[in-house]
Amino acid sequence: MATTATLHSHAPQGFIRKYIFSLDHKVIGLQYFFLALTAVWVGMFLSLLMRIHLVWPTASLPLVGEIRPEMYLSLLTMHGTIMVFFVLTTAPQGGFGNYFLPIQIGAPDMAFPVLNMLSFWTTFIGFVVILAAFFVSGGAPLHGWTGYPPLSAVQSAGPGEGLGADLWITSIAIFCAASLMGALNFITTTLDLRAKGMRLMRMPLTVWSWFITAILGLLAFGVLLSAGILLLMDRNLGTSFYVPLIVVNGQIMGHKGGSPLLWQHLFWFFGHPEVYIAILPGMGVTSQVLSTFSRKPIFGYKAMVYAMLSIGFLGFMVWGHHMFMSGMSPYSAFAFSLLTMCIGVPSAIKTFNWLGTMWKGRIRFYTPMLFAIGFVSLFVSGGLSGPFLAQPVLDIQLHDTYFVVGHFHLIMGVAAIFGIFAATYYWFPKMFGRMMNEGWGKAHFWLTFIGTYAIFMPMHYLGMAGGTRRYSQYTEVAYLQRLMPIHTFMTYAAMITIASQFIFLINLFWSMFKGAKASDNPWESTTLEWTTATPPPHDNFGGRTPLVNHGPYEYGVPGAAKDFIMQTDAASTPAH
Amino acid sequence: MGFALLVVIWLITFGSAYFFIAKTWWLPLGASAAAHWIDGQFALTYVLMGIVFFAAQLSLGYIVWKYRERPSSGPVEYSHGNTTLEVVWTILTGVLFVGLNLMGSSVWASQRFDPAQPGAVPVEVTGMQFAWYFRYPGPDGKYGATNVKFMDPSAGGEAAVGLDTSDPAAKDDVVTGTMFLPVNREVDLSIRSVDVIHSFFVPSLRFKQDAVPGLNIHMHFTPNQIGDYEIACAELCGLGHYKMHGMVKVVSQEDFDKWLTAREAEKQ
Repeated sequence: MATTATLHSHAPQGFIRKYIFSLDHKVIGLQYFFLALTAVWVGMFLSLLMRIHLVWPTASLPLVGEIRPEMYLSLLTMHGTIMVFFVLTTAPQGGFGNYFLPIQIGAPDMAFPVLNMLSFWTTFIGFVVILAAFFVSGGAPLHGWTGYPPLSAVQSAGPGEGLGADLWITSIAIFCAASLMGALNFITTTLDLRAKGMRLMRMPLTVWSWFITAILGLLAFGVLLSAGILLLMDRNLGTSFYVPLIVVNGQIMGHKGGSPLLWQHLFWFFGHPEVYIAILPGMGVTSQVLSTFSRKPIFGYKAMVYAMLSIGFLGFMVWGHHMFMSGMSPYSAFAFSLLTMCIGVPSAIKTFNWLGTMWKGRIRFYTPMLFAIGFVSLFVSGGLSGPFLAQPVLDIQLHDTYFVVGHFHLIMGVAAIFGIFAATYYWFPKMFGRMMNEGWGKAHFWLTFIGTYAIFMPMHYLGMAGGTRRYSQYTEVAYLQRLMPIHTFMTYAAMITIASQFIFLINLFWSMFKGAKASDNPWESTTLEWTTATPPPHDNFGGRTPLVNHGPYEYGVPGAAKDFIMQTDAASTPAH
Repeated sequence: MGFALLVVIWLITFGSAYFFIAKTWWLPLGASAAAHWIDGQFALTYVLMGIVFFAAQLSLGYIVWKYRERPSSGPVEYSHGNTTLEVVWTILTGVLFVGLNLMGSSVWASQRFDPAQPGAVPVEVTGMQFAWYFRYPGPDGKYGATNVKFMDPSAGGEAAVGLDTSDPAAKDDVVTGTMFLPVNREVDLSIRSVDVIHSFFVPSLRFKQDAVPGLNIHMHFTPNQIGDYEIACAELCGLGHYKMHGMVKVVSQEDFDKWLTAREAEKQ
């Protein structure tokens, strides 16, 4: 299948063509990675300000001064939006997917290199536009990352709902366009550019996860893009898609007959698949890393593929579980609830198979493995609060409380971030030609693992007690005031956890220049990226075209010379 | 390293579970008829998910310790999985999740599928940035008309909900900032909003429903304990979201009648 894309096999020489407007998927992958790295520090800094404000609402902070309620809500909106779009969607798919999908299937590049460059730079513009919202008159919007109209549709509904909100929607629309380009590229590349012998059922689970994520992105981002354009029209052109006749601050607005629920349906039709867009690549990396460092084949490879496919499929039929309290028909709630419970089944299969992969293995505790084990633990903890929230009758109590915040942070926030960390520590040697420091890596793991549990587990207790979310302070409602000790604990935990991320940052940049030189296959892995030079040449395999003879996880094969068989090893080596 | 992982994963598991089992923070006192059923379904879910949580986390900790690489480690078990195990596991989790869901659905149906019974106390709830108003239709049992033209949130009371005082049915309507309810009587709520989406959440009454502009949402519940219960807005509605709170006072039928009569008298 590898017949195309030899046109640019000679590496460009100029700095701009090589590093800025590069067509090389590896450079673009790194660009995405560093964009996400920048975004995650912005998003994390915003969350630190929020946590401090919740506990000391009148404190004056360096740089930002006293945080007023509207500013708290701006921080909340921007934290959510930046983290979901520019970190959790950008790093695993745009970053690692871009870098390693072509190499892992034995392709010289993406199918459409120019489109690939364009999708990165479009994403970059989206990031600049959303940051600009902080600096315009009125500041960033306060309507939350879900942007429910009429709050998000009417300028007078609050500070930040002027130009700031327009920039916010524009940024998301730009991001959607970029993601659509990326998704097309990933799908085409996976289907058309696989090396000889790379059958679908020989693809590493990481490739499967990026492929399925791309399909989800193709179907979901278009809907959000359209929804965002309608919202912009409601705001600026006087249409009434989402806004009925309303009175804000005693003024009758000029809208009539729109439906606020329409936005919620469109938003969550995107928003729920988005959760899987964030977590599926993490599942792929976790599978890859667990198998590699347990020195055992993945348990139930086909079951893993089918589980990811059914998660992707069912993921489009459960969006209504975000709307049980919205005024949607209670009969629909019943159907959405049942389908949501069903999506728990493939998730349980994956967990079961990860445990089965480690069972009777020989586990090597390098940092990527620690983060993959952490991923499994967090995935279980975050996943098991799902069946609570999936039941509308329990949502009567739990919807829009910290129980929800704890749930999605553990699973699509922290677990997905652990996937990104595992990927970073695992592939760093291939990307930069040097090893990351193991001691610092382990310290980073322990502090982050314990720290994130300390931040997000108590949120479930808060939520059960009725602790409402998106409150800028808990001073006005008596029963919420009584829950303040939990908030104080979480804020201290957040400070320590955020501080420990500097260990990662220092390790990353220090190792880039000073780390020990990496061999071509330091982890004794089996997939194609470990068969080529470190870092890989411009066309990935230095003029060779890999021939694939084996499945992706042939570890501990009885009778083999080594304890692993590379995918490209000669076919005569026993495979089963 | 394997042992450290075992200890930390197990400690996190037991530590997290401790606060659930000790009920250090738990659902607030349930003061409505549905609370018994909702809390029961919560407890059932919590026990079942708790068992899965323990089983998964404890075995994760055990496996990473037990199968750590040692000089004495033998060869790994070369296996690509076990189809029988996969099928059994899939069916088990499927039955667990779907069964749990079906058990809870009857409670949901009782709360949301049918309208309030005849004879329920009608109350209209109106949310606006950043206050709740409650309207009682008065002796005629009919809500008077409202009109956006008359809405003046800064004036509060009747003007805030835009009551059209020229409508005869509006003459005896009572609008208050605190919700009074008689104990052990079903309440027939009409929930609406004049500006953005709010959510009427009374944790102790196990009640929550978004107030959506453009919709008039009918809901019902039955308070069954006398007391004061706090309302907290549960849908982000703007910069004053955190202070959009209110009070439900559940009183005896006698006190309720007395209160309503007094308010009617004030109006005349």
